[in-house]
Amino acid sequence: MNYNWNWLVFFDEAPGGVTYLQTLLEGLAWTIGTATLSWLLALSMGTLVGVARTTSMPWARRLGTMYVELLRNVPLLVQMFLWYFVMPELVPRSLGDAIKQIAPPWGIFIPAVLCLGFYTSSRVAEQVRAGIESLPAGQRMAATALGLESAQVYRYVLLPSSFRIILPPLTSELLNLIKNTSVAFTIGLFELVGAARSMQEFSFQVFETFALATLFYLILNLVVVRSMLLLERRLAVPGFIGPVKAEKVAS
Amino acid sequence: MSEFDFDVIQRSWVYLFRDGMVFTLKLTIMSALGGLILGTLLAMCRLSSIKPLSWVAGTYVNLLRALPLILVIFWFYFLVPYIGAWLTGSSRPVAVGGFTSALVTFTLFEAAYFCEIMRAGIQSVPRGQHSAGYALGLTYWQVMGKVVLPQAFRNMTPILLTQTIVLFQDTSLVYVLSLTDFLGAAVKVAQRDGRLIEMYMFVALIYFIMSYAASLLVRYLRQRTSIVR
Repeated sequence: MNYNWNWLVFFDEAPGGVTYLQTLLEGLAWTIGTATLSWLLALSMGTLVGVARTTSMPWARRLGTMYVELLRNVPLLVQMFLWYFVMPELVPRSLGDAIKQIAPPWGIFIPAVLCLGFYTSSRVAEQVRAGIESLPAGQRMAATALGLESAQVYRYVLLPSSFRIILPPLTSELLNLIKNTSVAFTIGLFELVGAARSMQEFSFQVFETFALATLFYLILNLVVVRSMLLLERRLAVPGFIGPVKAEKVAS
Repeated sequence: MSEFDFDVIQRSWVYLFRDGMVFTLKLTIMSALGGLILGTLLAMCRLSSIKPLSWVAGTYVNLLRALPLILVIFWFYFLVPYIGAWLTGSSRPVAVGGFTSALVTFTLFEAAYFCEIMRAGIQSVPRGQHSAGYALGLTYWQVMGKVVLPQAFRNMTPILLTQTIVLFQDTSLVYVLSLTDFLGAAVKVAQRDGRLIEMYMFVALIYFIMSYAASLLVRYLRQRTSIVR
């Protein structure tokens, strides 16, 4: 094989006056930023929908099911296009024009966060539902018997314990989210894969570039797994961590 | 809504389905089968008592599962020509078609995911089944092929199919290589005719209908085939 290896390419100057290493680090920062904001959106929407699917109100359950099925059965890339290209056209014209005029990185960043957040929220919702359903029915009854209202039952009894149970599957959803941020590269977000792509195009050093991007993803992975493990240990309720009834395989 | 022109779908649906959807389905089915075979072998390696074998398989699976699919697609897009050159002894990178490149990528990528499913499947077969097979005088490959794997496949069929639906959706990512899968075909029409809105909504609708119908089928199958123990 006649490939010219050059591991020092990272210190060469990239277009824009910074080194290629800085380009990739900037991409890493965008990946982390996008993932963090989307995760907040995914957790809040996911909890809401997950709770809706376990209430006794049939319309709330049906709405929750529709939400999950809709977001689960359309490819992420297509959803990315819908948020970026289609959404500004479907809202009232003045709002649509305002959206289109948001200056570039943010005009891409916002739809990317919305897309990834809502997409991940459907998966979080399934975990939240599984967590709540795995609790003994007596928990809800006891809470009601104490005189708590429905919202309080969830707030003080069901959610705190179910979140501790579903922490491991939530970790893998977070890891999936971090990997999925790379899909935002297709609408032009300068995240890790986007940065690697541009470096590869300018420097022609394909394998060095992708090797470092790979390394960054592995480190990110390791950091998340380690910190979630710490969190799990801190939050563990003795005798209350069992296998979750999750039918889904992490993907 | 009056500016929408849904005629563009009527004009292009033959192209979308005949070129695009056929590509998508071919890629999905072939890489699901390839991934299943390779994944099952990997799972057997991971569960093997031969340390280096289980270590290599474990590293492979964990590495691929930690990387985003888009990055893996790019890796193989650039690597496959070099691997081809190495295999054929040629001095120049071998030109590989878009479909082959995508097929290799998805087979190798899905193998990592199918491996974990099959590992759980093999472990779901009671140990006694292995022992009984050996007690009958069967070899390792006979025990696996005739006793353990058939039960493992049966137990895992719903999850394997669910993963295949995920794969069906994931193949849309070959968009980044400008291949003409279902989404790729739609993007080409959308850009040619300036009809992004109609095309993207149509694509989303078709993907939704197909994936949702498939998931209902899997649910039905799960109820039919579940074994009451």
